[in-house]
Amino acid sequence: MTDITSADPMVLTAAPPRREIGIKRRYAAERRFRLYGILAISFGVIFLLLLLWSVVSKGYTAFLQTEITVPVTFTEKVIDPQNTRATNPAVLMAANYPVLARDALAKELGVDPADRAALKEVNSMISASVRVQLRDIVVNDPSVIGKTVPVKVLAEGNVDAAYKGHIDLSVPESDRKISDRQLGWIQQLAAKGELASRFNTGLFVNGASSRPEAAGVGVALIGSFFMMLIVLALALPIGVAASIYLEEFAPKNRLTDLIEVNINNLAAVPSIVYGLLGLAVFINFAGLPRSASLVGGLVLTLMTLPTIIIATRAALKAVPPSIRAAALGLGASKMQTIFHHVLPLAMPGILTGTIIGLAHALGETAPLLLIGMVAFVADFPATPLQPSTALPVQIYMWANEAERAFVERTSGAIIILLLFLLAMNIGAVILRRRFERRW
Amino acid sequence: MTLLKLSAAALVASVAFAGAAAARDQVQIAGSSTVLPYAKIVAESFGETFPNFKSPIVESGGSSAGLKEFCKGVGPETIDIANASRPIKSSEVEACKAAGVTEIQEVRIGYDGIVFATDKGIADINFVPADVYKALAAQLVIDGKLVANPNKKWSDVNPKLPNIDIAAYIPGEKHGTREVFEEKLLAHGCKDTGAADEIKKLITDEKAAAKACVAVRKDGVAVDIDGDYTETLARIAANKNGVGVFGLSFYENNADKLKVATVSGVVPTVESIAKGEYPVSRPLFFYVKKAHLGVIPGLKEYVEFFLGDAMVGPDSPLAEYGLVPAPDAEREKARTDFAAGKTL
Repeated sequence: MTDITSADPMVLTAAPPRREIGIKRRYAAERRFRLYGILAISFGVIFLLLLLWSVVSKGYTAFLQTEITVPVTFTEKVIDPQNTRATNPAVLMAANYPVLARDALAKELGVDPADRAALKEVNSMISASVRVQLRDIVVNDPSVIGKTVPVKVLAEGNVDAAYKGHIDLSVPESDRKISDRQLGWIQQLAAKGELASRFNTGLFVNGASSRPEAAGVGVALIGSFFMMLIVLALALPIGVAASIYLEEFAPKNRLTDLIEVNINNLAAVPSIVYGLLGLAVFINFAGLPRSASLVGGLVLTLMTLPTIIIATRAALKAVPPSIRAAALGLGASKMQTIFHHVLPLAMPGILTGTIIGLAHALGETAPLLLIGMVAFVADFPATPLQPSTALPVQIYMWANEAERAFVERTSGAIIILLLFLLAMNIGAVILRRRFERRW
Repeated sequence: MTLLKLSAAALVASVAFAGAAAARDQVQIAGSSTVLPYAKIVAESFGETFPNFKSPIVESGGSSAGLKEFCKGVGPETIDIANASRPIKSSEVEACKAAGVTEIQEVRIGYDGIVFATDKGIADINFVPADVYKALAAQLVIDGKLVANPNKKWSDVNPKLPNIDIAAYIPGEKHGTREVFEEKLLAHGCKDTGAADEIKKLITDEKAAAKACVAVRKDGVAVDIDGDYTETLARIAANKNGVGVFGLSFYENNADKLKVATVSGVVPTVESIAKGEYPVSRPLFFYVKKAHLGVIPGLKEYVEFFLGDAMVGPDSPLAEYGLVPAPDAEREKARTDFAAGKTL
């Protein structure tokens, strides 16, 4: 060093000449690339926020339902005019219960019982589901006949929508589903506290209904639950067994290459194709019932299998060969090596893949269309063999409804589906965090 | 090993399920999305009124898809009823026969109006079928020649119509509604303008001439909507000058957002359609597999319940929703025909 400086003192004072290596250009390129990355992410985030905002802003009101509390008098003259209920219990089933609720509300509002037009308007404020509600009260406890009991009845869908502000009230009265008189009544009842919003449990526990106020995703939730159970019970063992064999035991030859290509191919096949297959094999050939969640589960199993196989094989491949070598070296059999050492280490990856596959299956509608699960199902299924729908199907069906009150319920159902997907994906992250091993 | 046990258990379970799948205690219905809302109301009320029967399952998917399922054969794994917004075609009857469905009972439930509606904000529109034809036909006869439709604005078609760009959202070809639209508006308009005769002079083949009358322009002015009416509604919300084709019941449920156009001076209402004054309406049907009556529990009762005046009469929930009830005599005939077991 000293030699150089003494030899050339000029260099000591001036900065050493730097080789032109394009450092500025390279920094600029890096900054540009970071900017592109940030732009790409913000693009995605903006659309995600837009989606969430549109769904939540439209849908949060679906979790509230307007109810009217009326003191219903269970008049014997209406329910059982001939007093034959002791001998003929069917009388209680067929009675004209909606009249009771109508008359009770009309009395509450001070409507003249002779004014038929007004009575009709009063009647259209109460959900038609009141028939079953009052019938169940009477059938469960016939002693209620003759008494006056306060009953919380569902407000009709249009009353609900108007109370929540979903109906444009500036248009002429004839163009809306709710009249000025009814609006007055709503205000009158709301002021007395007899008309109020409460949490909409019906949205979770009711089956499909043509009346928005009584419609819920209950049947769809059970259908989706059955299907997820079937997918989990079938796709996980079959998928894991197939991948272990392919990854650890199968010889590497043209046949296994062909199988691998086919599995990757199947993972990308449009899901409607699985629906066609399900219709042909499970319904037409095997004779399983239409619209049953068993068939839906089997179809979704076929659809999820490739995803699980690909994820499992990747997870098995990621286990270092040293683990296998060590186990084999200590005298473990190949089977013991795999089940005692390789599989436990690959488990987080397998479970993550399974959960992602399940989440994918949970959101699927297209294959269900052909096997009859895109349907109106009012009764709850007790087994996977009985007809049911699925959560995304319910969203699709509600999206096509004409009534205004279904708009918010569609978004409400989307929120429920998103919450389930979120829970599943968070579960996948937790499993990965908890069980992940580092080498 | 638990995995293996689990999979074995699952396989056994699925086989056991398959064995139990023979009988069915629920009516299965599929078909038209126009009939779907009505069928849903009846199915729900049926389940509530008859606690000993389960509510029928109503699938949507379109008239053609429903009839195709219907014609797959006889047995509990096939559907019992097909809803249709158009009469069954002879080709479909033959397909049914070939699969063993020889006895089909046709039930007419009432009528449905097809209306034009626009956004609330634009001027009133009063059409005659000729206007629709001149605005939406693919080719018009001008100076004795068939040329591509040159009309861009409604006022080009008829000076009385508003001076706005033509943008029509019409049902796609898979919908039963499209056929009614072509037949009642385009074919009529073609005749009214005299274009039908001129086309016949230009095209000698009768079928091709009739087709030329109902061909819809494909230059982006008329947009086929393959989804449901909610999609048409969204299109009109996006393009305030758009004119959409809706079912009467859908329009009535959204009358606070939509303004209806008159056709030939008649405002579409349940009354004007029932009287036959409003020209664009069609009957709605469902088809019952006679072999399933008495086999599937509740099927006969469902059909009888559907046809009762409490469901399809003038003061019924279906009429409330927008179904145009058939005249008294026709409803009575539908009931007696079904009871008599009259088949196609």
